[in-house]
Amino acid sequence: MHCPKCRAPMQTYNRNGVQIEQCNGCRGIFLDYGELEALTRLESQWAQQAPPAAPPAAPAPAPQAYPAAQPPAWGAPHPGHGHHGHYRQKSFGRMLFSS
Amino acid sequence: MSTSVTRALTATARTAAHGPYAECTCPAAIPTVLADRDDGTVVRHGTTVAKAHARDADRTQLATRLAVAAHPALSGVLLAPLDLPATELDGRPVTFWPYGTPVDPDAPRSAPWEEVGTLLARLHATPVEALPGPLPVMRGPHKAALAVSRMRRAHPPEPVAAVVERAWSALPPWARAESAPPGPVHLCHGDLHLGQLVRHPGPHGRWLLIDVDDLGLGNPAWDLARPAAWYAAGLLAPEEWLRFIGAYAAAAGPAVPSGTDPWPVLDVPARALTVQTAAVAVAKATAARRALDEIELALLDACDRMAAVPPELPAEAAK
Repeated sequence: MHCPKCRAPMQTYNRNGVQIEQCNGCRGIFLDYGELEALTRLESQWAQQAPPAAPPAAPAPAPQAYPAAQPPAWGAPHPGHGHHGHYRQKSFGRMLFSS
Repeated sequence: MSTSVTRALTATARTAAHGPYAECTCPAAIPTVLADRDDGTVVRHGTTVAKAHARDADRTQLATRLAVAAHPALSGVLLAPLDLPATELDGRPVTFWPYGTPVDPDAPRSAPWEEVGTLLARLHATPVEALPGPLPVMRGPHKAALAVSRMRRAHPPEPVAAVVERAWSALPPWARAESAPPGPVHLCHGDLHLGQLVRHPGPHGRWLLIDVDDLGLGNPAWDLARPAAWYAAGLLAPEEWLRFIGAYAAAAGPAVPSGTDPWPVLDVPARALTVQTAAVAVAKATAARRALDEIELALLDACDRMAAVPPELPAEAAK
């Protein structure tokens, strides 16, 4: 099939048994009826299988009232919470304290 | 190089602490050199700190900056200098300050991000009409230009220099200290980093901003731009960045519009601070004949990525 947005051909992928179509041009993704629900169901099943200690014990972070979480387009990809430790420790003492 | 300056400054600090005639009964370990650079040699003696400023520091502007730090309007925001007569040492102006407890570089989790944000909001919101003047220009962009000159003088490898130069040349003239900043100007610190905060009286007093050498009128987004640059380079975690910028916005800091995306106003200054930090890092690494470490490479990568994305225009400029 062809992308409804940019008309480039779309390629079919299988993700955990769910068929999704991705455009080779604009990289947009097309989901058939029920496919989004199928992916959501898979995601929640995966979350339930996760080690029980982490999700319920950790208090939910306070909602951020300020829309500043997105770094600029030229920013580094932030690898998410918890992956920063060693990088940050090393940089902290030097970079954050000098002109 | 400046050992004689630190020795003379140590003696000056001792006299400032005890007066010219009293015996010094402080423990031997107390005189401490806190910094020793051409643009700032700082010696502590007990509760007194003596700072020798840059040889070419404009004496009139320094006097105005000192008067601003001493002004009641900045009480609780800037550390006030000690009331001691101005002096010179080896051609460098010397000022005197009370000692305050700095941020602990080994305890990142206790860094006072909220306090920095709130202090900057209060500094930027200070009505300038009541302050001593004429207020000099905030020196942030000038320091960025100095950093690039310093990198050029170090003659780093061409491909490395080219990355920094490309990011630098894409900046608008005001961010390279070639013209006045757009938009309203506010009282700014001009060189904010975590070494610019102390608790006074330490170690449990309130946090205050120190170092007025670059203070003056300018675009207040500049003072937020170094943490923004660290965040953009991946050196500062999103939680810490949000604590800082959230506290600034909550304290009604005028640099960023309330409740909207701050990046349009932060973009250009954060790029400039990234270039400045990368340029200094390249200059230092070149002089030391060593390779760039992973932190310095992260800054260079950020300079590289900038070239692909033109600077954002603030909302008012886009209209």
